[in-house]
Amino acid sequence: MFLLFSAVIVVFSILTVTSRRILRAATFLLFVLIATAGLYFLLKYNFLAAIQLTLYAGGIVVLIIFSILLTSHIAEKLPVAGLMKKVPAALVALVGAALCILVILQYNFPGSVGAYERVNVRMIGESLLSYGKYGYALPFEVISILLLAAMVGSIILAKKRKD
Amino acid sequence: MSWFLILSSVMFFIGVYGFLIRKNLITMLMSIELVLNSVCINFVAFNKILYPDHMEGMFFTIFIIAVAAAEASVAIAIIINIYRRIVNIDVEKMNEMKY
Repeated sequence: MFLLFSAVIVVFSILTVTSRRILRAATFLLFVLIATAGLYFLLKYNFLAAIQLTLYAGGIVVLIIFSILLTSHIAEKLPVAGLMKKVPAALVALVGAALCILVILQYNFPGSVGAYERVNVRMIGESLLSYGKYGYALPFEVISILLLAAMVGSIILAKKRKD
Repeated sequence: MSWFLILSSVMFFIGVYGFLIRKNLITMLMSIELVLNSVCINFVAFNKILYPDHMEGMFFTIFIIAVAAAEASVAIAIIINIYRRIVNIDVEKMNEMKY
């Protein structure tokens, strides 16, 4: 199952960055995000997978597709990047990936330290709002302010200016 | 464990490659989403496999998803604004900040 999901993720990520139709690239990105949600289901983080499906696959991809439809024609093909640009980019990506994989394969990960306990939404909510140890009240407030600021900022930016 | 990390690093560098070769702003944004998503996979794998009794990785993933949503909305507002001024969203054609 893991192999299936990872194959889907890798293949569709490559298609996302190389597809010449921009709308198809967005659809491939949607497949990548759904396969990632499948990985979270595989790891038994159900709430996280639900968030991934609704927010990423539902929200962000729809937003991207809307903006594609607003800014470009569907039949239009993207220009192919020149060889002068492709080769250094591929070199950077390949060298970086090879380095990371080498380090990961060499490092010996210790086994898990604790027993797995089932994560439910009640635990998540309680520790998001608690001040004590393993409490995330401050990041929660910060992220709320960030979301508010992003909302106001994007409304102001996209608003039509009265010149 | 290492399979998850290998998967996420491959995905990360595919995102970096896409970010470097693309000229269109929206496709660059999509590459950034790939990068963020690979980081999320990393956090979740570390949390589940090394520390299954804690929930840190999960909260970081939730916060990353929230930041990605905020970033996408602001970026798309900027893209639409740019498109309204110069009828194009290629990076190379943007050489003025204001006029």
